[in-house]
Amino acid sequence: MRIALFITCFNDTMFPGTGRAVVDVLERLGHQVDFPQEQTCCGQMHFNTGYRPDAVPLVERFARVFGEYDAVVTPSASCAGMVRHGHPVLAEEHGGPDLAQRVAEVTPRVFEFTEFLTDVLGVTDVGAYFPHRVAYHPTCHSLRGLRLGDRPMELLRAVGGIELVDLQAADSCCGFGGTFAVKNAETSGAMLADKTAAVRGSGAEVLCAADNSCLMHIGGGLSRQDAPVRTMHLAEILAATEGSGR
Amino acid sequence: MNSRHAVLGRIRAALADVPSEERPEDVPVPRDYRRSHTAPGEDTVTLFAERVADYRATVTRTDRARLPDAVAAALTARGAEHLALPAGFPVELLPAGTWQWHPEPLDVPALDALDGAITLAAAGIAVTGTIVLDTGPGQGRRALTLVPDYHLCIVYAEQIAADVPDALARLDPRRPLTFVSGPSATSDIELDRVEGVHGPRTLDVIVVNPTPLEPRP
Amino acid sequence: MSDRGVVWLGSPSFPDAAREALKDTQLRANLKRATSTIRTKRLAVASELDDWEELRETAAAIKRRTARHLDHYLVQLEESVTAAGGTVHWASDAAEANRIVTDLVRATGEREVVKVKSMATQEIGLNEHLAEAGITAYETDLAELIVQLGDDRPSHILVPAIHKNRTEIRDLFTAEMGHWGQPAPEGLGDDPAELAEAARRHLREKFLTAKVAVSGANFACAESGTVVVVESEGNGRMCLTLPETLITVMGIEKVVPTWSDLEVFLQLLPRSSTGERMNPYTSTWTGTTDGDGPQAFHLVLLDNGRTDTLADTVGRQALACIRCSACLNVCPVFERTGGHAYGSVYPGPIGAVLTPQLVGVENAASLPFASTLCGACYDACPVKIDIPEILAHLRAKVVEADRRPLKPQALAMKAAATVLDSPRLLATAQKAAAIGGRAIARKGRIRRLPGPLHGWSDTRDTQAPPAESFRTWWRKNREGDR
Repeated sequence: MRIALFITCFNDTMFPGTGRAVVDVLERLGHQVDFPQEQTCCGQMHFNTGYRPDAVPLVERFARVFGEYDAVVTPSASCAGMVRHGHPVLAEEHGGPDLAQRVAEVTPRVFEFTEFLTDVLGVTDVGAYFPHRVAYHPTCHSLRGLRLGDRPMELLRAVGGIELVDLQAADSCCGFGGTFAVKNAETSGAMLADKTAAVRGSGAEVLCAADNSCLMHIGGGLSRQDAPVRTMHLAEILAATEGSGR
Repeated sequence: MNSRHAVLGRIRAALADVPSEERPEDVPVPRDYRRSHTAPGEDTVTLFAERVADYRATVTRTDRARLPDAVAAALTARGAEHLALPAGFPVELLPAGTWQWHPEPLDVPALDALDGAITLAAAGIAVTGTIVLDTGPGQGRRALTLVPDYHLCIVYAEQIAADVPDALARLDPRRPLTFVSGPSATSDIELDRVEGVHGPRTLDVIVVNPTPLEPRP
Repeated sequence: MSDRGVVWLGSPSFPDAAREALKDTQLRANLKRATSTIRTKRLAVASELDDWEELRETAAAIKRRTARHLDHYLVQLEESVTAAGGTVHWASDAAEANRIVTDLVRATGEREVVKVKSMATQEIGLNEHLAEAGITAYETDLAELIVQLGDDRPSHILVPAIHKNRTEIRDLFTAEMGHWGQPAPEGLGDDPAELAEAARRHLREKFLTAKVAVSGANFACAESGTVVVVESEGNGRMCLTLPETLITVMGIEKVVPTWSDLEVFLQLLPRSSTGERMNPYTSTWTGTTDGDGPQAFHLVLLDNGRTDTLADTVGRQALACIRCSACLNVCPVFERTGGHAYGSVYPGPIGAVLTPQLVGVENAASLPFASTLCGACYDACPVKIDIPEILAHLRAKVVEADRRPLKPQALAMKAAATVLDSPRLLATAQKAAAIGGRAIARKGRIRRLPGPLHGWSDTRDTQAPPAESFRTWWRKNREGDR
């Protein structure tokens, strides 16, 4: 199986550790990963902000760069959702029939990371060891966009040494929403305040999720409050083997 | 007439994407939902009684022979003396006693002066705990069960449909229908339900079994 | 647009209105309490039906069929209502609907009407229009009464006074009821049952003497001509039953093909709106009935921007809305800001897609952005309106309608698109961001960001970008091994 990593522009720039974690986990499971250097961005920001035509070259690029792979894995539920749901819309609205065809071919082979592990590789125990108290925040794109359901929790439950704690109102949006957090910063901040209160109330040392964008938002709030909670992408927990001896 | 033409014209223009040969029935409507949400073999009459009671209406079960006694017991418990009596109500169901039965026609002030109304029903719906009135014999005009503050409704077990689809199929939409699920209520204050606003604030339902009920100990 | 109503003129944009609303801690508490109450109830009764998804599919399909053949069904409805003794009127916009209703009331010689809660008449501003014509409209739904007594605006589709708690309502009743009719009783408490009793006494005489009523409609069956009003308090029954004349104003999208189609909606609507298996009262009527109820029935079919909405093949699904308001109650934005911030009679997620379509996106340009696209509304919607899809679609229309080439956001987006379509430029930008970000960071955290990002940095730190992007790491650590 030829596996490509779609790191996403945001993770590439801000969270390279998440990409390294995905590579670590997949290599540990015996798979070789490619990183096509021509990749850039899924176009989500432009799509969700209303600048659709500007996103079309990115859709074309995505289909071109990843068209040859058996599987495209990305550690971002929201970008996976953009490719799966947004690219066909853009291809239909602004691209020719050729683009629509290429998008239709590549889209079913694009997987969010936890989806890829559980559904394609059939793995839930990835041999991780992470002896910390962890809460999982199901981001909106994981929960309702991609319907990841229990997959992330199944993976987390198999991590050695981990203590999973409940997060109150876990399914509530953190208030990020891309440019929403800028355009409607105060409303976003009110949602964030409730989310950080829930995180602090959970007693977790670490908050994890399948989207670094939401984690950056929640983590930014926790940091401003000097709260003793770290945020980590789920992949980084699955990559951890600290002190496990395995 | 102008606006009629204008609106219909705008609709047709707006639907330019709909092929002209497409008929309404060409648009598929799947019907994969259940006709009833009762379990196989479930006693719909018991379910109806439970669900009506969930709305804080009072439900009694009786049989035909004991129906007048049940009516008497309900009216006594509520202290209702003056009651609207709809046309076509079977008088043999009325208990003997000091009650004053006020037959139709009754204007609004007259209805407002009464303690309550006694009626039959057109149908019941078990899953939702609903009674349906269609102004047929023994039910009266709609005002009868609206203006007085108390409604005593008699439902025969065989009138109870399992669920909404079955009930609608039994009803005639050309008649004015009133679906009643518990007493008047509101959720307007803090989205919390409280019973009792403009309609009858008290609803008693008597469910009548076709066969005699076991004598109660 | 001026003929359509819907939005409150002079309303600030959503972000500005929301900023003000967020300062009201009482409002925040009221909203949180009410929406969490109803969310729990809705989930409980929806989960009782194991075919909930199938019911949603059918409801969406019935609405799709109706929308695609709306002209056919409206003509059929007109025929069946007329055959049953009713009179059908067509109104292109709010102004025409108001004129029709006013003329009908005037023809009766009456100066007062009682009203059933109705979104359509809110939308067209009927009460204000009637007042100008010297006709007093009495709102009889408890929540609408609260809004009317308070000279307030509705903030929710189902419970327009959700922004007020019991104590505020008690104070309002005590202060205002006497100006409209029967005053509130001495020493009125704030128990909801006591408040409901006060409303009963206040409105009783109006109900028993009114000659003309105005209502909306939840559904109208084309085949039979049957009109349906779903309610709880009995005020609807009072208005639909006791007066001599009934005038119903109905959006053209409320038509459904057949009587039996109601079996779907009557299961979905109460469970989605108030979280009950069935609402206390549902009234249906077909034309007029000799000796029972109003002897004159007028049905006003209202377009008012609906045909514009219908013309948009993505946005048209918003016309399927049955006004249950489940999307409001699950919306994290609505829960914080309340309904007034939307500046429209249709607040919340459905309002954010309906309002801009009814009045034109340029007249409600901030509303499609009043959402994180979290998707909770879509999951809650009993007729499966993909609200996030329409929001994203309308955002594109807003941008298209405002093609000022030098607008900062448009320039930024254009620049970003150029960078993001080039791995080389992206790598350069990453290096610049890393250097710049790390220069202003303290202990790896950036406290204050400039320009339009200051709102973000008011409550959030931003981590400094790492020194090395993933693609750089890959080149150093993996490209070599292959």
